[in-house]
Amino acid sequence: MKVTVSVNGKQIAAEVADRTLLVHFLRNVAGLTATNVGCDTSSCGACTVLLDGRSVKSCTVLAAQADGREVTTVEGLSGDSDELHPMQRAFRAEHGLQCGFCTPGMVMASVSLLAENPSPTEDEVRTALEGNLCRCTGYHNIVRAVLAAASEGRPN
Amino acid sequence: MSILGTRVVRTEDPRLLTAGGTYVDDLRVPELAQAARVTFVRSPVAHAAITGIDVSAAKDAPGVVAVLTVADMDDLPPPPPDSGLTGTEGAPLPLGGPWSEPLLAVDRVRFVGEPVAVVITDDQYQGEDAAELVSVDYDLLPAVVGFDGALAGESLLFPSAGSNVACATGTPADGAAFDGSDVVVEREIVNQRLAPVPLEGRATAARWADGKLTVWVSTQNAQIARFILAGALGLDPANIRVIAPDVGGGFGAKIGVDRDGLIVAWAAKHTGRALRWAETRSENMLGMTHGRAQRQVVKIGGTRDGRILAYRLEIVQDTGAYPRMGGFLPFLTSLMAAGPYDIGHVESAYQVVVTNSTPISAYRGAGRPEATAAIERAVDLFATEIGMDPAEVRRINLVPADRFPFTSPSGATYDTGAYVEALDKVLAGAGYAELRAEQERRRERGDVQQLGIGVASYVEITAADADGGETARLVVHDDGTATVYTGSSAHGQGHHTAWAMLVEAELGIDMSKVTVIHGDTDLIPAGVGTYASRSLQLGGVAVQKAAVEVKEQARKLAADMLEASEDDLELNVDRGVWQVRGDPASSMTWAQVAAHAGEAGLAADVNYTEGKPTFPFGTHLAVTEVDTETGKARLIRHVTVDDAGTVLNPVLAEGQRHGGIAQGVAQALLEEMVYDTEGNPITGTLVDYAVITAAELPSFELLTSETPATINPLGAKGIGEAGTIGATPATQNSVIDAVSHLGVRHIDMPLTPARVWAAISAAEEGIAR
Repeated sequence: MKVTVSVNGKQIAAEVADRTLLVHFLRNVAGLTATNVGCDTSSCGACTVLLDGRSVKSCTVLAAQADGREVTTVEGLSGDSDELHPMQRAFRAEHGLQCGFCTPGMVMASVSLLAENPSPTEDEVRTALEGNLCRCTGYHNIVRAVLAAASEGRPN
Repeated sequence: MSILGTRVVRTEDPRLLTAGGTYVDDLRVPELAQAARVTFVRSPVAHAAITGIDVSAAKDAPGVVAVLTVADMDDLPPPPPDSGLTGTEGAPLPLGGPWSEPLLAVDRVRFVGEPVAVVITDDQYQGEDAAELVSVDYDLLPAVVGFDGALAGESLLFPSAGSNVACATGTPADGAAFDGSDVVVEREIVNQRLAPVPLEGRATAARWADGKLTVWVSTQNAQIARFILAGALGLDPANIRVIAPDVGGGFGAKIGVDRDGLIVAWAAKHTGRALRWAETRSENMLGMTHGRAQRQVVKIGGTRDGRILAYRLEIVQDTGAYPRMGGFLPFLTSLMAAGPYDIGHVESAYQVVVTNSTPISAYRGAGRPEATAAIERAVDLFATEIGMDPAEVRRINLVPADRFPFTSPSGATYDTGAYVEALDKVLAGAGYAELRAEQERRRERGDVQQLGIGVASYVEITAADADGGETARLVVHDDGTATVYTGSSAHGQGHHTAWAMLVEAELGIDMSKVTVIHGDTDLIPAGVGTYASRSLQLGGVAVQKAAVEVKEQARKLAADMLEASEDDLELNVDRGVWQVRGDPASSMTWAQVAAHAGEAGLAADVNYTEGKPTFPFGTHLAVTEVDTETGKARLIRHVTVDDAGTVLNPVLAEGQRHGGIAQGVAQALLEEMVYDTEGNPITGTLVDYAVITAAELPSFELLTSETPATINPLGAKGIGEAGTIGATPATQNSVIDAVSHLGVRHIDMPLTPARVWAAISAAEEGIAR
């Protein structure tokens, strides 16, 4: 079937098998490999992207379901700017990543969290990120990064 | 001021945060443009004879390039001979001989997930379909499950070996050793089987062209992977190039390259088609090696005033279906059995047994967390028995600071330490007395939420194979930039940042001008890689030594250029220029000096070895709340000192501690690979296997302590595994402490609500636990 998805502001149209998962569409058709596959049970969140501005696990969405919709991946997070997005900047400043494999999904889940709750408590951050696994950082610095990004986004 | 010891954010991160890393499955290199996909057909049963494999239907499926079984493996060297190792050598090598592990299964399968055939297709989805069409006839054999199943020997995995015991040490118990003790406590402890679960599973791509094999593999050591590939495929290492691109975590389970990766490389050579494979998580949970899996019996004896006099540790190590690491893990456990204590008599013994389960290998700590868990539980049991505060028992028995170097009765020589100081710092930082007071208040009130305080002191061994060394090559270019080629291998630790800091500190070349390259055997033919918390103290020192050598070469060149005596030349590290002493105007930049080197270049090669390992140490304190009605335990604070010598970059060292702590807490509270009585794994996905999440952890309270190592110029010890070593028993002790007033003495990990609740119920019914 033919699918057209706006990925990071660019229209990507392709003929794909009906069962094609959105994550494979992003990786193999759009050529954007930052979004990773870390499990096969929707448990790990490595594949998290924004679909019409809300986080989804792209291993659990068919490319067909994204037809005519907008997807944002970590590659498109900072738009045309050369600067890092505040969340990316916070992850770097707080050492919120090590091997980097969970990172694109973790960053997108965190962006989605702050869109819904701009001033979360530590507990709220921890609960909101429960669906995103990281095996390297123990989450300590990821939580700090999200809180730092939230703090930066708040008017003084 | 030197950049060393300062908080430097990572150079790796901008790329990882914007474009994402380039892991094996992300490679879009021309050599793999036409690559086909490999899909494994794996055994669905634990133990069976293979009586037939029918691949005809699969071969006719859409997109299928080939379907390969062991019958196609006519181009491999014979398996290695019997190593003759009995276990006492502790060699981390497969045993060979009757214990040999094939690539694709030959006649028999020994664990669920064992590779039986591979299907090669144009795309991934076709592979999943075609693999379903491979029909394998299994004649079921009785499965060997668990420690007792192996020791019973009623069913054998390797009939020609005549036993399920792959190796054993024969230290008989010294009957007199406990004679002087007022109190002796003995009990069985299970250190459960874990899955490493790096977020990136195993992945391999391979291409055979012009008589040369190129293998991209998610590995902790490209050079060791090449060595293993050469042996398994019967190739000259010179005809193999191994590339480790970005690696999404390893934790010991990606040392070298394992069976499945070897099969992919073989299949690429056999078919002549470039291939790629990235395992699913469900494959990973069964195909990647597991860790831990020891059953221990601890026996501890001492006086009523708290002095420990004797300790015995007996281990049965389940090594899974194939003894890949032989006796290595329990060897390390035995070596570190005495922990950080001065105990007059320490003895240990172990047996390594095979079972119908995924093979066991290194997992973050690899034998040392098991040693610490055993003695730290034993110390708490002893403290409870004599009615003394467990922290006080530790203080009485810890090796005092004036006794180093200290040779333990189990044979390890601890280099430097301040064990009592680490304990006291943690107790002060946690507010130990107030925690105990709060615990007492809750007990008196009979609160549902009881408070637990768990302490664990540890010493561990890092760079256990220090004599294996590590390589570094440093080149300064005539544009003033530098390149480091390291035999060490990064997969999240931050080597690129750390190595660049070392170059800047020594040479004054800004770290933004330093490129670090690792994981490519064409560029770095010799190297060892990353495991055993060895990178900084071997690979880092190698980089520093290379920088010192380059500096001395540069001194000669600069002296020549400035027409001055070498003795009068100095390197201004702040500005990164060479000067004649007392004449700042005489400066020569690195670019100028490197240009003057001409054809010879400005470069140094170092292969740095150390004669001895180092011994980091520390204390962890875990505070838990345990719901006595549901058994649910929750970690609410975790306070630690992890002393790994001089710290190069606190940001990186803290990150290593954080990750290790989380994995340690996960073992204590949540994680276990479980098999049923037929050898079927029942925790084979991330739905069933409880990887710890952010919601189950607090932020950690890290305290600092730096007691330098004396054996290397950086004063560095390893920090990668401290977290799992200290946090696991601290958390376990904490939960048991929370309910000890109810009569509970021990609960095996993981301390799930069901287990804690059952222990409380049994204690209330007066059943000794």
